[in-house]
Amino acid sequence: MGILDFLKRKPEPTAAVAKERLRIIVAQERSTRGAPDYLPLLRNELLEVIKKYVNVDLEAININVERDAGHEVLELSVALPDGKPAGSAAT
Amino acid sequence: MSAEIIVVTSGKGGVGKTTTSASLATGLAMSGKKVAVIDFDVGLRNLDLIMGCERRVVYDFVNVIQGEATIKQALIKDKRHENLYVLAASQTRDKDALTQEGVEKVLDDLSKDEFDYVICDSPAGIEKGAHLAMYFADHAMVVVNPEVSSVRDSDRILGLLASKTRRAERDNGSVTQHLLLTRYNPSRVEQGEMLSVKDVEEILGINVIGVIPESENVLAASNSGVPVILDDNSHAGQAYRDTVARLLGETRPMRFLDAPKKGFFQRVFGG
Ligand SMILES: Nc1ncnc2c1ncn2[C@@H]1O[C@H](COP(=O)(O)OP(=O)(O)OP(=O)(O)O)[C@@H](O)[C@H]1O
Ligand SMILES: [Mg+2]
Repeated sequence: MGILDFLKRKPEPTAAVAKERLRIIVAQERSTRGAPDYLPLLRNELLEVIKKYVNVDLEAININVERDAGHEVLELSVALPDGKPAGSAAT
Repeated sequence: MSAEIIVVTSGKGGVGKTTTSASLATGLAMSGKKVAVIDFDVGLRNLDLIMGCERRVVYDFVNVIQGEATIKQALIKDKRHENLYVLAASQTRDKDALTQEGVEKVLDDLSKDEFDYVICDSPAGIEKGAHLAMYFADHAMVVVNPEVSSVRDSDRILGLLASKTRRAERDNGSVTQHLLLTRYNPSRVEQGEMLSVKDVEEILGINVIGVIPESENVLAASNSGVPVILDDNSHAGQAYRDTVARLLGETRPMRFLDAPKKGFFQRVFGG
């Protein structure tokens, strides 16, 4: 550390944040690669439906397309918040 | 023997494709290979400047595709290496002037003319020009910067290479994928401000074939129209030499991955 270092403003060490964000988005984009392009829309409409019951946001909904021998499986997962029913928080 | 076709591509713009194409082509020519490097960036010709042959362009890629010139007339012989040729992009036409059949014919003609390598400098994006630049490739050099949008785009490109190329469509093996990390700044990586080589390799699930440091010499090289690989004293030039050697099958350790050690003065006063 130089004595003058505290006078200079250093950029934040943000590489770890970048890595984590990329890890997630790249995995998501890979899993839906070549999949029908209505998936984002489907995800959004699902959100609307789920919201009637639980208060979640778009990031909580994960869509995966798995390809097995000869058939495709659309995999959906919704991360639920800790026990808050929609009535109280959402409208 | 047919020519090996290498596309230099990235998705994101401005990451160093043209810089890389020029150095890669020059490096292969220095190893005695007969090389042609083609600018696919129709409407935004730039490779000629980086190669230093801008005033010798008479006919371009589109002229050849449209039958207005022969490939022999359009190839510009490099001043420094007699086995290196440049095919410039058109400055006046638009991307639609390129056709799949036209590109295929040019590449076939180069093969017949006993070229060992054809380097295709792709435009940015994933539109027609970029698609045609990668379509006939045997190898791909995916240029990536340690930065979020570039990394994401290169993953997109890796996906396209695996599905939207002639090799993929014909189930004829796959395009060999090489990742080239450029504009790397080891000091910023050490400070945790920039993704490291390892980070990028982990995210994309593929190892790098080379790491080119961020270097002032790249601008100096493009200013003077001399590919940076010919600048023996620059780290960027040496890193490009290593990369070409690896592409030709040599094993070489990665260099310039660590920040230069700070001297006493810098340690005391910062900087
Ligand atoms: N290793 C490096 N160090 C410093 N500057 C670099 C480095 N590599 C490339 N550059 C600079 O980055 C800029 C973009 O480079 P280049 O033209 O090669 O990118 P590109 O991917 O071909 O761009 P485009 O997508 O517009 O075709 C140029 O100004 C170049 O000098
Ligand atoms: Mg370019």
